[in-house]
Amino acid sequence: MSTPTLRRPASSGLLLYGFLGCYSLLTLAPFAWAILTSLKSTREIASGTTLLPASPTLDAYRILLHSELDTWLLNSFTVAISVTVLNVLFNTMAGYALARYRFRGRQLLFQVLMLLVMVPGQVTMIPAFQIVARLGLVDTHLSLILTSGVSITYIFMMRQFFINFPTEIEEAAILDGCSPLASFFRIVLPMARPALVTQAVFVFMGVWNEFMKPLLFISSVDLYLLPQGLNAVARQFAKSSSWNLIMAGSLLSVMPVLLLYVTLNRHFINLNDQSSGLK
Amino acid sequence: MFHSDPRRWRLPRGASIAAFSFLLPALLLIGVFTLIPIVYALFLSVQKMDLISGHHRFIGLANLRYLAEDDKFWAACHNTLRYVSMVVPLQTAIALILACVLNGRIRFKRVFVTLLFLPTLTSSAALTMIFMWLFNNAGVLVRLLQNTLGITINFLGDPAWALGIIMLMNIFSTVPGLMVVYLAGLQAIPPALYEAAMLDGAGPIRRHWEISVPQLTPITCYVMTMGVIGCFQLFDQAFILSGGDGGPDNATLTFTLLIYHFAFKNYNTMGLACALAVVLTLIILCATVLLNRFVRPDGVNA
Repeated sequence: MSTPTLRRPASSGLLLYGFLGCYSLLTLAPFAWAILTSLKSTREIASGTTLLPASPTLDAYRILLHSELDTWLLNSFTVAISVTVLNVLFNTMAGYALARYRFRGRQLLFQVLMLLVMVPGQVTMIPAFQIVARLGLVDTHLSLILTSGVSITYIFMMRQFFINFPTEIEEAAILDGCSPLASFFRIVLPMARPALVTQAVFVFMGVWNEFMKPLLFISSVDLYLLPQGLNAVARQFAKSSSWNLIMAGSLLSVMPVLLLYVTLNRHFINLNDQSSGLK
Repeated sequence: MFHSDPRRWRLPRGASIAAFSFLLPALLLIGVFTLIPIVYALFLSVQKMDLISGHHRFIGLANLRYLAEDDKFWAACHNTLRYVSMVVPLQTAIALILACVLNGRIRFKRVFVTLLFLPTLTSSAALTMIFMWLFNNAGVLVRLLQNTLGITINFLGDPAWALGIIMLMNIFSTVPGLMVVYLAGLQAIPPALYEAAMLDGAGPIRRHWEISVPQLTPITCYVMTMGVIGCFQLFDQAFILSGGDGGPDNATLTFTLLIYHFAFKNYNTMGLACALAVVLTLIILCATVLLNRFVRPDGVNA
């Protein structure tokens, strides 16, 4: 909390709220326009004269939910949840081992990972595609799940988390004869929950919004993920000015991530305000 | 650094086995889908390879020579430079200003942060759709300009404007994330510094420039580095906006789009694609090093 001595005069407070309000409006305007468009009929959009929908209709959403969009939604959920589970499990295990165990070659391993994380995805993209092809996984969801199953960035994050995390309870468990694996799953994972939630949310968002990888790996329309499907829909409908469909699809695609963010953002964005718990 | 950690305890026998079983799944996936591909990319970058037959032969640096003579490569360079020079300063400045405002005594802080975060949550595909509809020839902005000023701008079809729209989109979607990074940085500055400055009679603007900005230098360095890397890797928005071809008139052609073309649109330029990917890595590395020299990440808080 800032101290009372830093209180600003009322006029500058007004200026701050004005600025924030303006930027918020600017941020919301494109989304508001998208919502308005999604409630119009195609005919109204083609005539293009009205700002508000003359007779708001949910037709666009109805049409979309009876199209391939629900398949794509399901595909995105399947892939995003699988990738999230694999990441949270594998990254946490690896980060834990790097933080807690001394073993031969640990330092070397750490440095190699450091090097790998700096190489941009474009370099690995093409050979990874060929490896996926060699494994016979092109045009399967498994290709997306396996190639995104681990993230070095989050391994580092978890390593840092465990380095700063007390070891006493694990030590006690080991002394009581608990095996390392059992202590990891029964004691460490439950205690690391806040870090796991943060990791899960960011991994999920990343996969949900990923465009390039599905574009390369998936070619069957019924296996498309949502962003790829949206792109296909847009190409199909933009000419016929069915922007109500395109906007409705875009808005639908944002909903799951938005819900996730709104419910969980307290865990990973710490604001110095009264409502957030200060440690 | 690794051995002085007091929190790492001595483990019984078999600790190595346990450690490796914890690491195994991650190492397996990283090995197959990151390490091997990098080595393979380096190998391919000096080869000419035919995708259909799989036949390849060593051609040394001929791929680089081809790139140096390719107009599209230089178009991508030109676009990326324009892009970085506009997007990085603007998004850094806006994020910093917003963070400073939000760091004050503001009511409904979390409401504002949540609202402002919306563009970051939106996928690049959905956001590009929304912007295409805004700037479309039949869209609301074009009509507004026609009706009020009587001018017609073909935002998406005019090479002079198309990249600008992508810049706007990128700034719009990256600012909230960077703002949160700055906000965390601001909260780490000791309040005593501000109090001392106030006692010395420094006003809010002076306090901002003489305390907040220098104290945030490491964060600024991080934000700008991430911004530059993101700009060099631009793909989604350019792909969707141009329908995949980098048009109009190569105005939205980016490095990554060009790599995609070489790798998947032509049949015998796989090696060229890998060479370009390696070049891109080197450019990003150089830019990062230069930026860190220039902004001095450890200049203040060290």
